[in-house]
Amino acid sequence: MTGLPLTRHARPDRRPHSLAEWRALGGYDAVAAARAMAPAAVVDMVAAAALNGRGGAGFPAATKWRFMPAPGTTPGDGPSYLIVNGDEMEPGAFKDRLFLEALPHQLIEGAIIAAHAMHVTEAIVLVRDAYRTGIAAMETAIAEAEAAGLLGGLHMRVHGSAGRYIVGEETALIEALEGKRAVPRKRPPFPAQSGLWGRPTTVNNVETIANAPVILAGGADAFRALSRTGEGGTKLFGISGRVHRPQLIEAPMGTTARELIDRCGGVSGSGVLRAFQPGGGASGFLGPEHLDVPLDFGHVAAAGSMFGTGTMIVLDDSACPIGVVARHMRFYARESCGWCTPCREGLPWAARILDALEAGTARATDLDVLRMTAAEGSPRGRSFCDLMGGAMQSLGSALARFGDLFDDHLAHGCTIGARH
Amino acid sequence: MSLPEPLAADIRHAVASHAPGVGAGSDGNADPRGAVLEALRLVQHAEGWVSDYRVADIAALLGMTTAEIDNLATFYSHIFRRRVGKRLIMLCDGASCYLNGADALRDAVQARLGIGFGETTPDGEFTLLNVCCVGGCDRAPAAVTGRDRRLCGPLAPGDLDALLADAE
Ligand code: SF4
Ligand code: FES
Repeated sequence: MTGLPLTRHARPDRRPHSLAEWRALGGYDAVAAARAMAPAAVVDMVAAAALNGRGGAGFPAATKWRFMPAPGTTPGDGPSYLIVNGDEMEPGAFKDRLFLEALPHQLIEGAIIAAHAMHVTEAIVLVRDAYRTGIAAMETAIAEAEAAGLLGGLHMRVHGSAGRYIVGEETALIEALEGKRAVPRKRPPFPAQSGLWGRPTTVNNVETIANAPVILAGGADAFRALSRTGEGGTKLFGISGRVHRPQLIEAPMGTTARELIDRCGGVSGSGVLRAFQPGGGASGFLGPEHLDVPLDFGHVAAAGSMFGTGTMIVLDDSACPIGVVARHMRFYARESCGWCTPCREGLPWAARILDALEAGTARATDLDVLRMTAAEGSPRGRSFCDLMGGAMQSLGSALARFGDLFDDHLAHGCTIGARH
Repeated sequence: MSLPEPLAADIRHAVASHAPGVGAGSDGNADPRGAVLEALRLVQHAEGWVSDYRVADIAALLGMTTAEIDNLATFYSHIFRRRVGKRLIMLCDGASCYLNGADALRDAVQARLGIGFGETTPDGEFTLLNVCCVGGCDRAPAAVTGRDRRLCGPLAPGDLDALLADAE
């Protein structure tokens, strides 16, 4: 970890700070600064900082916050909600775990600031069941902050998810919190109008919220200046797969894959880069020609992929990219909520064909089916949410980029595997 | 076997703590539905899994039908509707783990225990599950084990003894 502001206080062993330790580091000063400002001024500051949401879509955080209605303008009485989304399950993603386990007070600060900005009185941190250490750290820190009177009027609690990747989708998450199956909701109405229990709700990713105290402490200009591009701040990149030292690296937004891979000790295995997915399992594959693309939402999209969660999977040329896609597809097939037919039926079909390709039992017509599935399934709007489209984007880009390998698998099955 | 009173009390507490505000329905009253996943988790924490009896108990306590409870219990992958072993091993089958030897690890664990994913050893000791990306891609191949879901990795097939011992 580096001295950059987002994660500089994280300890290498991830031991969370007590409230006293956190305050000694200047903790909760950003909260005081926010409370001294009018809510709208806090939103303006986050807008000026150019903070884009870190959960995958990269939507400007301040714009999302502005969707929330002013108090007294919604029919009926009742609370409004901030949900801090820590349901991280995307293949290759391991960044939010650090915030939950090692920096719980920073997340609480961020939640208080966001709640102040949006007039929210209820905050729920949703954490996946497998992150028990993170759940415990958050619960302890919230109890400390509450006992010290730091939450003010904010009511904050942790909610453990019961499993399923789709719970990470913002409207599916709301369904889960209401005790239903996590099937995404139709929009509109958007959660800011009608979210949890029909009340105004904003869902923000853990890393987005962790950035709020950084902005309040240093100011919007300083935050924008941390970045090399127009998208503000640093990013917590997660680099895994075939690199010598897989790790989390906080670096300026716009840092290149070449630099990140170098900092991980370079490509492992054969040492020759074949491809990388810049933003988790649903992002399209990029190649060596993209090593110098500045990594942010805009530049990666322009390069034909998706920045997503900023968690990069690296492949050398002795590892099988079809094996990687097969695992992605099994994951997405398993995690589909089953609501729409193309996703419920299409993903397992694609997964079975990829398995057959690995085993060497696929038929030539199977490749046509894969191509058709990818082409039909990836455009937005063909299914109810983006799970299907994302899965198909990784498959489609693999078909385009590794066509000869697919032909090879058809003839011989997988002869590459994932050997070192 | 009826629901032990301490567990019933915990569930009632979960319902109550979902109100006011949090979990309150738009009419301002606590909606017991908001506590249903919490109730399933509490039962599972106490007993290791959620039996048919407990599905019925929760339904009665929250004023829902058993079909509604089962519909949820079978949707969420971390709610177990079958008895699991004393020790739980969840192996990651995500891409980053695959790239670092997860297949060999899986084969070794399955050979050692004599079971596949989703199965429990006949002596009721181990249950083996596959999960995706446990947030330990920098420690691939990774697993989470035991009641407190400890993250282990990087794991080589030679580390099996330690992995099995750790799954308490
Ligand atoms: S695309 Fe898949 S996950 Fe999304 S709503 Fe449809 S079935 Fe559910
Ligand atoms: S892919 Fe295995 S822990 Fe992330």
